[in-house]
Amino acid sequence: MITITVKLFANFRVGRFKVEQRDYPQAISCRKLLAELSISVEELGVLMINGRHADVDDLLSDGDSVGIFPLVGGG
Amino acid sequence: MFDVEQWIESRETAGLLNWADQQGAAKRFGVSVACIEAICLKRGILPARYQRNRSMISCREQLCLFTSHVAVVGCGGLGGFVVEELARVGIGHITVIDPDVFEEHNLNRQLFSSIADLGRDKVAVAAQRITQVNPAVVITPVVKAFKHSNGLGLLAGAQVVVDALDCITTRLELAQVCRALEVPLVHGAIAGWYGHVTTQMPEDHSLESLYHHPGADKGIERKLGNPSFTPAVIASLQVSEVIKVLLDRGSPLSRRLMMVDLLDMEVAEVSLVADASETGKGSP
Repeated sequence: MITITVKLFANFRVGRFKVEQRDYPQAISCRKLLAELSISVEELGVLMINGRHADVDDLLSDGDSVGIFPLVGGG
Repeated sequence: MFDVEQWIESRETAGLLNWADQQGAAKRFGVSVACIEAICLKRGILPARYQRNRSMISCREQLCLFTSHVAVVGCGGLGGFVVEELARVGIGHITVIDPDVFEEHNLNRQLFSSIADLGRDKVAVAAQRITQVNPAVVITPVVKAFKHSNGLGLLAGAQVVVDALDCITTRLELAQVCRALEVPLVHGAIAGWYGHVTTQMPEDHSLESLYHHPGADKGIERKLGNPSFTPAVIASLQVSEVIKVLLDRGSPLSRRLMMVDLLDMEVAEVSLVADASETGKGSP
């Protein structure tokens, strides 16, 4: 069993949560986590694992903290 | 030159030359107010308009800003505030690039927009405004859409470029051109209550890390729109980055993305990797 901390930012919080601890039987990819949260890859801006920029196919392991930010492009 | 220098020194008070004397010197010696500003700063005399800069920006640094050329790509929500702040802080040459005219839906946030100027080129209005605010600044308005194909020419000579665009594809083209020119790029983007800033140094691929979906031109701003205060905040952060890069001071947001959430009043920072081969842990 692994525990990860999921932090959502900006409007990803709306109807979801700010921070949540989630348990999984084994390492899970960010892509799978996003699908669970009903966040499409097209809406995704930046993924951060433990403060560092990460890729959607990176795996999350026990104790990891993942931050999920929406795509922002306006000026 | 000796005469003008002597004249300026005779008018200087407590290290400052007031605007009337700056203007008077230009008229008397048949040169521009910009020329008088350069002479003053080289002699350690500060044009009085900058006296509230003095504790944080030395006269030598003020001269560095005055001899700098900054290009601002986009003159909308972010670009308007960026241009205004660059001119007020004393950047000597600003190029501002935007193909659009002001429309009614710009009035909620774009600093240079007004009812009287609806339908006018944004960069022409910006240039007019800056001439009123700080006539020593040379402002070059360019009514063109920035593209990869014209980018090298449009940005030639700039020491720093500011990304104030609203289209992700064009932002990526800008990032590429800035790398080719070996010029730092101060990037900012906004959507609703949210925004972010990073400074891409010439050797970095910061924007490619942020925008990795091919073909996505807009983000959540399409849904959320943009109010008046978010561009003002993000533009100000961008200007502080420009000043730090030009003066080689402080800690610019190089390889760091600063995310601002004005709804929950939170700031988050993401460490950006230098290139794809350094992408975070856990990759198969």
